[in-house]
Order: sequence, then C-alpha cells, then structure tokens
Amino acid sequence: MYAQLVETGVKRIKSLDEMSAEERNFQEKIDAEIKIEAKNWMPEAYRQTLIRQISQHAHSEIVGMLPEGNWVTRAPSLKRKLQLMAKIQDEAGHGLYLYSAMETLGADRDQEIDKLHSGKAKYSSIFNYPTLSWADMGAVGWLVDGAAIVNQVVLQRTSYGPYSRAMIRICKEESFHQRQGYEMLLTMMRHGTQAQKDMVQDSIDRLWWPALMMFGPSDDNSPNSAQSMAWKIKRQSNDELRQRFVDQTIPQLELLGCTVPDPDLKWNESRGHYDFGEIRWDEFYEVLKGNGPCNQERVATRRKAIEDGAWVREAAVAYARKQQNKNAA
Amino acid sequence: MNTQEDLIQYLLLLGDTALVQGQRLCQWCGRAPAIEEELALMNVGLDLVGQARNWLEYAAELLNDGRDADDLAFRRDEREYRNLLLVEQPNGDFAVTMTKQFLYDAWHYQVLEGLCTSSDTRIAGIAAKSLKEVTYHLRRSGEWVQRLGDGTEESRRRMLEAIPQVWRFTVEMLSGSDGETRLARTGFAADPARVAAGWSQQVATVFASVELPVPAAANYFYLSGRRGLHTEHLGLLLAEMQYLPRAYPDATW
Repeated sequence: MYAQLVETGVKRIKSLDEMSAEERNFQEKIDAEIKIEAKNWMPEAYRQTLIRQISQHAHSEIVGMLPEGNWVTRAPSLKRKLQLMAKIQDEAGHGLYLYSAMETLGADRDQEIDKLHSGKAKYSSIFNYPTLSWADMGAVGWLVDGAAIVNQVVLQRTSYGPYSRAMIRICKEESFHQRQGYEMLLTMMRHGTQAQKDMVQDSIDRLWWPALMMFGPSDDNSPNSAQSMAWKIKRQSNDELRQRFVDQTIPQLELLGCTVPDPDLKWNESRGHYDFGEIRWDEFYEVLKGNGPCNQERVATRRKAIEDGAWVREAAVAYARKQQNKNAA
Repeated sequence: MNTQEDLIQYLLLLGDTALVQGQRLCQWCGRAPAIEEELALMNVGLDLVGQARNWLEYAAELLNDGRDADDLAFRRDEREYRNLLLVEQPNGDFAVTMTKQFLYDAWHYQVLEGLCTSSDTRIAGIAAKSLKEVTYHLRRSGEWVQRLGDGTEESRRRMLEAIPQVWRFTVEMLSGSDGETRLARTGFAADPARVAAGWSQQVATVFASVELPVPAAANYFYLSGRRGLHTEHLGLLLAEMQYLPRAYPDATW
C-alpha cells in the first residue's frame, strides 16, 4: 500500500440517525455503491481524508523513483536499462494522475508537495530502505509493486470516482512492471552464477519485512480504518490485504527457489492461509516518524530538486506570459 | 578502409552517442525541476537507449566476432567509444542540459532524415523509426531553449553561460569523418555537408527567435569522439555504467 496510515480525524462513526440530511444522503449513496464525484456534496472529513490518502499515494510514486533511480545508471544490460527507465517514467506519470485526482478535491499540488518536503506529509515507508544491489531492482518490482498492486486492485472500487479511475489506469501499467521484476529475479536464479543467486536471496532478506509493512498497522492498531471502511475509501482491512499478499507471494518465492527471513512462516491447513511471524512494529513506526535508513536522503533529494528547479519553472511561467501578451497584441 | 569498416564506425558513432546521452539523462532521475520533466527526460532517454540498442545490434552483426550489443555497450573502454564529445559533458544545470540536448537533437534530426533514404535498408528502417522520436526531442529541447532564453533574467543569464560552455564541441557536428564522406557518396550515410548546413540553420533559427547570440563556428581542438579521443568525463561515465558486467563477467542478467 502506498498510503499506510491516513488520519480521518474522526473519533467515532455516526449512525444514520445522528447524521444531517446531507450526511445521510451521502452515506446512502456510498452504501449503494454510487461513486462520489468532485462536484457532489461530501463530509469535510471525507474530503480531508482523501486528500491525505491520495497525496500520500502520489508522494510515494515520486519518492519511489529514487531507490530505482539509484540503479538506472548501473543497469547491467540494455534490455534491463530500458525496462527500468520505462518503469521510472510510468511512476512519474502515476504521480501526475494522482496529484490530478487529489486536486479535484480542492487541494493544491504545490502546497501538498511542500508538506512532503517539510516532513508533514507521509509517503510509503518502503522507499526509506536503500537499494544496495542490482537484485533489489527485481525485488522492488516483484515485492514492492506486488504489495502495491494487491492494495490498488481493491482501490479500483474505492468510493471516490477520480481516485478509483486513477487506480484502474495505474494497475494496468503496474502489473506489467511487476512481472518484469519477477522475471529479472527468475533469470538470475535459473541462469545466473552463485554470486547472483546470493544477491537475490540477500535482497529478499532485506526487503521482505519492509514489503509486508506496506499494508500499514495491524487491524487492532488501525484506529482510522473503521471510518475509511464505512466511507468505502478502504474496501478491505490492512491485515486482510497483507494475508492475501503473503498467500499469493509464497508460491512465487518457492518457484524462485528462495526463502523468506521468517522462521514462523508455514501453511495453516485449517485456515487455508499461511501463518507468518510478527512484524517489527517498532521499526515500522520509527520509519514512519522519519527515522528509517533513507528518510533524510529521500526528502532532501526531492526538496533540492524542487528548489534547484525554481528558476526553470519561473522561466517557463514568464515565457508563457510573454507569449500570451504577444498573441493578445 | 573498406565500406564494411566505415559502416561499423558510423553505426558506433550513432549508437554510442545515443547511449551516452541516454546515460546522462538517467542521472537526472528524481532531480528534475518538475514532475513533468522527470517524465519527459526519462522518456527521451528511453528513446535514445532504445535507438542505441538498434544501432549496436547492427554493428555487432557486421563485426561478427561473437560480441553482441551488450558487449559493445558494456565492455568497450573509452578509447573504443565513438560518441560525440558533446553528449559526454556533465549535465550541469538545466540550461546546460537543455543546450546540449538541443544541439544534439538538431544534429540527430538532420542525420536521421538523411538516413531514411539510405541505400542500406536496415539503416533506413532504424532511421525512420528513430526520426519520429527525435522530431519530438527536437521540438521539446528547442522550446526549452526559447523558454530559458526569453524567460526571466536569471534563466537568460544561465543560457548565456551554458552556450559557450559546450559550444566548442559542436565542431564535430559540422564535420564528418572521411569514412562518412565515403559512405555518403555511395548513399549509405547522411551527407555530412548537408547535415552541417541543416544543423546550422536550425540552431540559428531557434537562437534568433529569442535573441540568443550564435557563437562563431567552433574550431578543431585535438580531441575527437569519432577517433575515440574523449574528454576526461567519459571514463567516469563508463565506469559507473559498466561496473556490473565488468564485475560479474560470467553473469546472466
């Protein structure tokens, strides 16, 4: 999930009886699965929650270019370089879709980006982990995009129309790159040298738990979930989605011939699911607070890009104005 | 030299130049002045690396010594690289990057246009596909030269600094090698004289539209990308780009 912990600002969900006529009308539309559109009335808390969630999602696409950008100059073949460049380009495009969806709610993208740069807005914790080998490009494609897709497939049915439509477009592109990521790892495991196989296993060892953390806190510790579910912004709980991800990923892992760094992982016949070990929640919350391995570098790089580029954006605006004046004259 | 040898050198010039420019654009990843530019810079880079692959594949076939396009890209040293010196120059600020891009695009466009009618159908095919992409590159970089040249005082100042920084390398765009002249005569390559004339006109038109002075024609100055005599920047660029295939020579990626 690219938006892991989104405040709703709501302490307790209102019953239909407690709602104003407008609120009731809104909730009934939600319950009837009618999409909410930009011009429809919506509770202010719904609007603000969506702005927070969609901007977090957009920021994640943009910050998420950095761990991959770290290897794009070092990709080991022309084919892999092209794949990675195409993927990064798509991510920038996804960021743009999402900022546009967010702006339909009345938010301003520059203001929201300022919040990212001042540390007030979050992005997915996963992008605070460093990419230390080429295998990480495969593992990020397979595990990280895989986790994102599990979430985004569900978000295609989210109640806010513009967000839902952005998710439909994004999922189409994303699943292509996810398969490429897996194929990179499969190539290294099946045709690579021992050093390459070790590289793949090491990458999975480092990224497995951070990928599971992408689904957010456990349901017991997810105070905002109930309201997000009632509004049908979220359609399934963090733990449900995490379980789905583990269930679908372990067979892929076995096909690779790799292992996960989790001694408690085992198939549970009675549940029909994999059981898995406890996530290191202290690490998760530290990363979200800004104390992960790359939080400082990621935000600093993005802030510097926008600050260093100010004169370019100003030039574009000034030039456009001059052209307008010329055309008017 | 025979035609085959001339042709290989020419394909390496085209392929290496596109690849090195693509590599420089990769270095912008996550650092562009706007998200739209992240997208555009990576898009242009992607086109160029794709074109490089096409040229290098053909070069490898003609070389016929067991090497493939990846071997040519990742296992040749700087003395064997044939790219134009302009594209190996560091990115600098956005004005330097866009000036380089524009000067290269204007040359690239002329070359590809000439190659669309090459008597070598393989070359004509790759050129026709590439020309569509480079038409877009040229339009985009030309517009940035205009925006920066006639934007704010600051952006104009930076353009006026950027142009002389890279201008001396344009000497390579105004002169082809003897091999290229021979290839042009037989209809294989774009005619260097026509390329030079088209390039000069394109550059003059865009610069004049925003009153940027066109410097005097650059002089020959010892180095030559076509002969593998590069600036000190290429070695570092290749060290970064080639490190994995060099460090793991038996690997399959």
